[in-house]
Amino acid sequence: MRFLPFIFANLFRKKIRTVLTVGSFAVALFLFGLLFVVRGAFTGGVDIAGADRLVTINRTSIIQPLPLSYRDRLLKIRGVKQVTFANWFGGVYQDERNFFPQFAVDTDTMRQMFPEFRIADDQWQAFVADREGAFVGESTAKRFGWKIGDRIPIRGTFIPGVWEFNIRGIYHGTRPADDTTQFWFHWKYFDERKPFGKGFVGWYTIRIDNPDRAVEIVKAIDQEFVNSPWETKTDTEKAFAASWVKQFGNIQFLILTIGGVVFFTLLLVTGNTMAIAVRERIGELAVLKAIGYSDGFVLRLVLAESLMVAAVGGALGMSLAKLFTLAGDPTRGLLPFFYLPASAIAAGIVTALAVGIVAGMLPAISAMRLRVVDALRRV
Amino acid sequence: MVRVDGNGNSSLICVRGLDKKYQRGSEEIHVLQGLNLDVEKGEFVAFMGPSGSGKTTLLNLLGGVDVPTRGRITVAGDEITHMSGSKLTNWRARHVGFVFQVFNLIPVLTAYQNVELPLLLTKLSKAERRKHVGTALAVVDLSDRVDHYPRQLSGGQEQRVAIARAIVSDPTFLLCDEPTGDLDRKSADQIMTLIERLVEEYGKTVLMVTHDPLVAKRAHTTLHLEKGALVEAATKEVGAS
Repeated sequence: MRFLPFIFANLFRKKIRTVLTVGSFAVALFLFGLLFVVRGAFTGGVDIAGADRLVTINRTSIIQPLPLSYRDRLLKIRGVKQVTFANWFGGVYQDERNFFPQFAVDTDTMRQMFPEFRIADDQWQAFVADREGAFVGESTAKRFGWKIGDRIPIRGTFIPGVWEFNIRGIYHGTRPADDTTQFWFHWKYFDERKPFGKGFVGWYTIRIDNPDRAVEIVKAIDQEFVNSPWETKTDTEKAFAASWVKQFGNIQFLILTIGGVVFFTLLLVTGNTMAIAVRERIGELAVLKAIGYSDGFVLRLVLAESLMVAAVGGALGMSLAKLFTLAGDPTRGLLPFFYLPASAIAAGIVTALAVGIVAGMLPAISAMRLRVVDALRRV
Repeated sequence: MVRVDGNGNSSLICVRGLDKKYQRGSEEIHVLQGLNLDVEKGEFVAFMGPSGSGKTTLLNLLGGVDVPTRGRITVAGDEITHMSGSKLTNWRARHVGFVFQVFNLIPVLTAYQNVELPLLLTKLSKAERRKHVGTALAVVDLSDRVDHYPRQLSGGQEQRVAIARAIVSDPTFLLCDEPTGDLDRKSADQIMTLIERLVEEYGKTVLMVTHDPLVAKRAHTTLHLEKGALVEAATKEVGAS
């Protein structure tokens, strides 16, 4: 602690250089934070997927439907506790840029299947009672300024016509990563109004009694419908979400590559800065050693300066990233899981400190090995 | 008393058969050859000699920042020639005060902080450190420049801060390498008066390298380095001005 003023004094000897180095850390960590957010936005569904839920879709593709009659057959399979179903609507509110997901849901079973959403009882009852009712996530409600009681027109895309809904409730997530951008309305109303494909659903979500038996139940479900006109493909909700993400390419690899390049560049920049800082102070470091400071102290001094730059820059960058995410999804609904978790902030700061140590290590070792006599001769 | 014949005993600094060789390419340079020296406590010794004669090398060896090729250096009973690097570092902190030609103050620290540096290695409390630093700065007559940075001080004042830094931990002896080399005559005179005071009033032992005969005259004893050995050039009565 008694050396802190000395470390600070050294850092501020070249203010512009220190500010620029801290700035490069901050920019890199801001980028790191954003990459983490984007990765989370794509994989958030995977991370929070229910362990005891399965998703059954048409074997050909998710855009091919499945008969509603499968619901009763599914419920008869050993290990299946609950079944719900939904359809994708894909409507447009005012402008095509106003994207948010709309689902026609089974109001009898939907709420029990997804207890992670916080739903007020009276609002749900009002929604169930109104066949033109809709339930909307708080993010979307906030985004468009919708209130309970508002009548919302949604223009159908693959199902033509303007559909009008009454907002009967607003749901909230119970975890930061819960998707609160969805818009739900009655599947029965949807099925009645659509001109084709009546009696078919988009997919089933199934709750099983024991997650350890998931593989066995998945097999049993798909076996049940094999050789039928609508064969099924069942996965755990996690695997389903993961395969959805895979459609966008290897996000993880992309992020690791960009992150790696950024941090390697940062390593070079900081390492060079610290090396220059040490070179400029050879005489001073020699004097410190001459008056009794050990080689180890000099090593720690240089490392502490490097770490200080990394810590300040890292904290600044992650704070900026957090502030950025607090402003909400900039893509207007394409990235529903748009938030920076505390674990990512911690990972960012730890990464920054690691870069600080690695970048400062070579200059610190050269400072440690400095011979007093040689250094004083150069002064 | 200062002796260079190797026959002294019970002195503060005792050097015997000191050799120092350097390798420059394929050439081997013998800087010091069989050098002997005995310095008693409270002595003020000036080393003179032409450039490259080994004055600074001798000072570095006495200060434990360089190691001899052969020979023995004993200070206050501690033989430093065979000490490990870390032991030597600790020994320097306790026994040696360095004063350099170019002052070598840390530019980002105030006069107070520069003087406090050697004390940060001790277990002294903040209040105790403040007291010691205050005393050292008072000795060099810079109590009113405590918060000044080196760039805000004149050359003479900078060197006085360096001297305060050298004496703040009350070392066994001071090593001054051309302490007036970067100063004008008036400032040099003030620095020499200060060093004399340290010797006369505070009983410090000072070993100084200088090129300047006027500066050397202020020492009790002036020794010349010739062919790698010391030769006594002049001794004056202690207490004579």
